[in-house]
Amino acid sequence: MKKLLTAALLSAALATPAVADTTKVGFIYIGPVGDFGWTAGHDRARQEMQDHFGDAVETTIVENVDYGADAERVMTQMALSGTDMIFAASFGYGPDVNAVAGRFPNVAFQHATGYIQEHDNISLYDARFYEGRAVLGHIAGKMTETNTIGYIASYPIPAVISGINSAFLHAKAVNPDVTFRIIWTYSWFDPALEADAAETLIEQGADVIMQHTDSTAAVRVAEDAGVMAFGQASDMVDFGPTAHLSAIVDRWAPYYISRVQALKDGAWEAQNSWLGFADGIIEMAPWNDRIPAELQAEADALIASITSGEYHPFTGPINRQDGTPWLAEGEVAPDADLATMNFYVEGITSDLPN
Amino acid sequence: MIRLEKRKEPSTFWRIANPFLAVALTMVAGGIMFAALGKDPIAAIRLIFFDPIFSAQFGSYSRPQLLIKSAPLILIAIGLAIGFKANIWNIGAEGQYIIGALFGAGVALAFFPAPGWYIFPLMVLAGAFGGFLWAMIPAILKTRFNTNEILVSLLLVYVAERILAAMALGLMRNPDVAGFPGSRDLRRYEAAHNAELIAGTGIHWGVVAALVAVIFAYAMMTRHMLGYHIKLAGQAPRAARFAGVSPARLVVVCLGISGALAGLAGMFEVSGPGGQVRIEFASGYGFTAIIVAFLGRLNPLGIVLAGLLLGLTYIGGELAQMMLQLPGASIQVFQGMLLFFLLALDFQTNYRLRLTKGARI
Repeated sequence: MKKLLTAALLSAALATPAVADTTKVGFIYIGPVGDFGWTAGHDRARQEMQDHFGDAVETTIVENVDYGADAERVMTQMALSGTDMIFAASFGYGPDVNAVAGRFPNVAFQHATGYIQEHDNISLYDARFYEGRAVLGHIAGKMTETNTIGYIASYPIPAVISGINSAFLHAKAVNPDVTFRIIWTYSWFDPALEADAAETLIEQGADVIMQHTDSTAAVRVAEDAGVMAFGQASDMVDFGPTAHLSAIVDRWAPYYISRVQALKDGAWEAQNSWLGFADGIIEMAPWNDRIPAELQAEADALIASITSGEYHPFTGPINRQDGTPWLAEGEVAPDADLATMNFYVEGITSDLPN
Repeated sequence: MIRLEKRKEPSTFWRIANPFLAVALTMVAGGIMFAALGKDPIAAIRLIFFDPIFSAQFGSYSRPQLLIKSAPLILIAIGLAIGFKANIWNIGAEGQYIIGALFGAGVALAFFPAPGWYIFPLMVLAGAFGGFLWAMIPAILKTRFNTNEILVSLLLVYVAERILAAMALGLMRNPDVAGFPGSRDLRRYEAAHNAELIAGTGIHWGVVAALVAVIFAYAMMTRHMLGYHIKLAGQAPRAARFAGVSPARLVVVCLGISGALAGLAGMFEVSGPGGQVRIEFASGYGFTAIIVAFLGRLNPLGIVLAGLLLGLTYIGGELAQMMLQLPGASIQVFQGMLLFFLLALDFQTNYRLRLTKGARI
């Protein structure tokens, strides 16, 4: 038995240098790389990472992979083809990542925005999108003339709900009359559905459209209808030069480079990273010229205070939608609350789907 | 002068030959597309059609996966083909698939965590019943109010998707995980798990059910009176009525069978490869099965081949993306070509080109 263990350790030690040559890194995406949004953001980072390492890294991608059996199969095939590290770039891959990671303990798994971590070869990583949403909410609250903001939401999961809450709180802070209209699409990428949702919201009086879905459809609809919109995950200004006020732009590249480097150094281990403005993982797309200069300055100041840690977007007093207290005066939301957030804050009029 | 002439009888030769010809043409046209994208066309075609089965590196994993991917397609397509033969168009198998999965998972979650050999059989019955029930809506609306079953069954898919979302967020949500939609993982509940029957083969109860359905469908269509009635109603509705075939009964039977089989497919998926009720559980099997039914010429054996072929293009398509960096959209175009060429070639099943002397006016 002891001999066997020694042999196993030895072979593991011998296997490590192989990683040092060419590291094979696979990516699976929920949407097409041409979504100009979420998946485009991850693929941008992949290319930057590839450029950084040059020949020392070989990357491969599979796009449009559905959650469930399909994702499990694609990741298994990647592992079988000698991939050292797999980035699963969507929330819903959680159970599949864990199933495959259990069978391939020598492959390092990186799961974006996930919450299930049953094996020590799975790292979770996420961005504090609610920080960016606070800035969007502030701008939206000041820019709206109808006091109605439309929000296209994907799945009722904590990341999306905390985004809505953050945007609402900061819009409300600068405009007490503001109301949010929220439409759930139950999809990350469905341009037709997102366009329909945007049209419905505009009909209901919204003159600013926010989205937590990946396509550019809503920005285009907003441009045609002459209202304002924010892009998602990438700068979508090309799809609505007048309408597009800004966007939270995801910058995963520094993180991807550090994780691949760690693997090459033999220093990779499972982590759970939640990164924000301070880490450079998100930034705002250039302000549209129609945003008045003083509002641009306010937004810049808000970003600066979040970046420095001086201000947290969820600082009490904040009540839940039903009026029960959540955060006391001056209290800052614990990460655990945000990571499992399943309630709206006080003032949002619609009901959370359940 | 070339003239089109309708054949007196559809050509049997072309009916059988066209699918093979369509595959060959797809390989040629797809190869040209891959070459235009700057990829090696031979390598791409080999990755899509051969490597999932024969590659030493992937074969042992992807061969069983082929069964897992194709079994629901075949199971659903068998049911659809029976209806299509009688000109009864169930386009909403996707919805019946979802409801079947929800019924099956509902039984499992109701019993959780009790052990018991009877739980899985109950889930099977519930899954078939759920799909049957969902198909009865267009059936009864058609027989009672003469609505169009194509529209009703299709629109019910969207209703089913909303019910699925509501279940994943509400009633069936896993109470042990705060804040996230989705039910318990049925693969971790032994009494409800549709596991592999023989390890490493990919054969689960859904594969067995597909095989049984193929045999039953074949026997029914060739040996049984019902099969004769279905074919008669499709080819000569008036003659069928004179022969005493009740159109209403046929609508109920055909939609019922296809609904139950789609429901079964959903149930086997949710308790096995799918694992849990998730908002995005439905991945288009119900719609892809329509292609499988036609590619298989509505014939049970043809459907088996067509289901395996389509499953192959999915699995091989992923391999081609991974190994050659082909864009995902090019794989979808490739699959689309297959159907396009088949439909185009089917023209010559019913028509032929004739050379004639002089112009006719």
